[in-house]
Amino acid sequence: IATMSVFCEVPQAAPVAVFKLSQDFNNDQFPKKVNLGVGAYRTDECQPWVLPVVKKVEKIIVHDDRLNHEYLPILGLPEFRSSASKIALGDDSPAIQENRVGAVQCLGGTGALKMGAEFLRRFYNGNNNTKTPVYVSAPTWENHNAVFANAGFEDIRSYKYWDAEKRGLDFAGFLGDLESCPEHSIFVLHACAHNPTGTDPTHEQWKQIAETMMKRNLFVFFDSAYQGFASGSLDKDAWAVRYFVSMDFEMLCAQSFSKNFGLYNERVGNLTVVARDADNLKRILSQMEMIVRTTWSNPPSQGARIVAITLNSPELFTDWKDNVKTMADRVLLMRAQLKAKLQALGTPGTWDHITEQIGMFSFTGLNPKQVEYMVKERHVYLMTSGRINMCGLTTKNIDYVAESIHEAVTKVQ
Amino acid sequence: MSIVFHVIHITIHLTWCFCSSWWGGVQMGPPDPILGVSEAYKRDTNPKKMNLGVGAYRDDQGKPFVLSCVRKAEAVITAKQMDKEYLAIGGLGEFTKSCAQLALGNDNEVLKSGRNITVQTISGTGSLRIGANFLSRFHGPRDVYLPKPSWGNHTPIFRDAGMQLKAYRYYDPSTCGFDFKGALDDISKIPEQSVIMLHACAHNPTGVDPRPEQWKEISDIVKKRNLLVFFDMAYQGFASGDIDRDAWAVRYFIEQGHNILLSQSFAKNMGLYGERVGGFTVVCNDAEEAKRVESQLKILIRPIYSNPPMNGARIAATILNTPDLRSLWLEEVHGMANRIIKMREELVAGLKKEGSTHNWQHVTDQIGMFCFTGLKPEQVERLTKEFSVYMTKDGRISMAGVTSGNVGYLANGIHAVTK
Repeated sequence: IATMSVFCEVPQAAPVAVFKLSQDFNNDQFPKKVNLGVGAYRTDECQPWVLPVVKKVEKIIVHDDRLNHEYLPILGLPEFRSSASKIALGDDSPAIQENRVGAVQCLGGTGALKMGAEFLRRFYNGNNNTKTPVYVSAPTWENHNAVFANAGFEDIRSYKYWDAEKRGLDFAGFLGDLESCPEHSIFVLHACAHNPTGTDPTHEQWKQIAETMMKRNLFVFFDSAYQGFASGSLDKDAWAVRYFVSMDFEMLCAQSFSKNFGLYNERVGNLTVVARDADNLKRILSQMEMIVRTTWSNPPSQGARIVAITLNSPELFTDWKDNVKTMADRVLLMRAQLKAKLQALGTPGTWDHITEQIGMFSFTGLNPKQVEYMVKERHVYLMTSGRINMCGLTTKNIDYVAESIHEAVTKVQ
Repeated sequence: MSIVFHVIHITIHLTWCFCSSWWGGVQMGPPDPILGVSEAYKRDTNPKKMNLGVGAYRDDQGKPFVLSCVRKAEAVITAKQMDKEYLAIGGLGEFTKSCAQLALGNDNEVLKSGRNITVQTISGTGSLRIGANFLSRFHGPRDVYLPKPSWGNHTPIFRDAGMQLKAYRYYDPSTCGFDFKGALDDISKIPEQSVIMLHACAHNPTGVDPRPEQWKEISDIVKKRNLLVFFDMAYQGFASGDIDRDAWAVRYFIEQGHNILLSQSFAKNMGLYGERVGGFTVVCNDAEEAKRVESQLKILIRPIYSNPPMNGARIAATILNTPDLRSLWLEEVHGMANRIIKMREELVAGLKKEGSTHNWQHVTDQIGMFCFTGLKPEQVERLTKEFSVYMTKDGRISMAGVTSGNVGYLANGIHAVTK
């Protein structure tokens, strides 16, 4: 029957930019094309990399006849949750010893942010937080806004972060926003390797941020998607999170194991909850269960198993740390080489930010017109914001990319 | 004196602020009724105890069952050494295609004309949630009509998504069967354009399914009332043992012109519970509309979990798309369904043998994993306390927990509390 469809009014939605970029890249026939868009690690051969430790553990799993595909508990695999929280907070974390740290296994970092957001909207400051302001950095990961908006938050604002002129952190602006925002506002902080700018506060700056947040009763929600991946050291990359815990904040920390375990498509995430005490924690987790139950019932098993087995075996844990360092080191190398080449070419401007920034991404400082030039004329794909994924650089394409940046900067204003 | 008071007051206030929690007002969430059953079962030391709350298949030894086709598919996948790059937001293409084909039949006109959009979801729950969110955003009327009773999680899923729940009569406690007249009567009064949820087969929790001629009448009245049909199909293959037979209602409705919404789960029929494999389908007017709907589903999915998990979908796709694995799967699904059917027969036979004079026909009339025994709460309580048989208060038992080794004990217990 050709009846009126209930969905005839449904408008075509715009595609998600970062995935559209990859699509365009895939369709491009130019032989020297380079993809500096999507945030996934690549080897020097520009190939995806399944971590050797992951391959090892997958073999273990497939050959273990005792393992089955039964439902996980609603909050996830217990061995995964506890070991993942330890990674963030440290083995010797007093908060863990005081039994006031819990966790919810979630679908990637996104899922962890989602669960945290849903919980906060229901329970943070009274039982209806739709009007509670949520602050995300300017700029931030493009999905942050949607995660909180979809969880029901109506007032999502940005806090000053990136100083385009000096190509660094606008710390005064950041602090100013912390001082002037409404009390009890929720702040989404990047634990390390800020996405997209690669610019992190220094330890001294984090201390001031913490002091101000405590004074003004602001809520701490860490997004930790790159632990280990940024500096190559798990502990170094967790410094900010651990500092805030030591300052007695009640907080949430959304962890992703997509990048540091290369488990992108298995959706491995953990929402670590640091509560005032065990009783609060118990009640919080019971409410988290209710939210999980109506969203995905219980989380997927495979990825969490891989991570849990790895983290709970001293030998495999060491293997993993090595693999993580391999990735971090390659990125550091590309940063060093890109800066060196741009300096050698005499490309106008300063390029120190390339090596000062940390993690997978770099905010090059290229403007939208220059980005368009890169994409259209040079077939080098990057985000309109000027963000590049350092992992897309290899020893084989770095000269071409450096020349392309040089051309873009000199030819296009 | 007042200054001292002030100082003390401020000190106390500051101390309170320092030690108090944001979460002091958070109540303890209610215990999950089904989980509670499992917890109590675990604590029981009676060697003859039975867990009939579990909604997962068990073999005749009472053990979880990993299908051979799954193990074989896993070996194939491991050998391929694939990468772990993000899936598209809508999931693995080979999976969504074969998922839709499984439900609709390979030759379905809907698939040929490309007027469906099928996305990979986090099993059945995730599928229902995406569907509920989609309805909430794009469908005017807020009311979703569930059969009475329905799966316990349907209500909070739709409610959380901003929909309102209503019900139509379904289960007749006096017959332990389908209240066909009541259902038609209620459905005929549902306001136009409301959403009506239908269980495609093996109704959860009652195990009571309409017969084909009853489905036909339901389709007619639903069409008359211009209702939007949302099918929940969590047990395709698992109910009768035949995947086409179990999908009959879904296919009939589409044939009759209903542009349905459909949730599928592979938790039970492939035993992939913890891998979270499911699909959500919207049947649209044409391919162009399907593209628009797809774009909006992606916008809904991205802020929840970005993109779905690979492992289970890869296993399911491998099974569905590899001829001998698919045949093996069909055999194994048939085997699971048959064991359940056999347990139903043995339970009824056992009750007769015990000397029960009640009519237990509903046990074999009902289909799928669950059986609504008709036991009253007091009888359930006795069954649990005196026999260590664990089930939900509504008298629902999971036939999957019944084995040839314990069916006699169960018959004995049920007879004892009902004679």
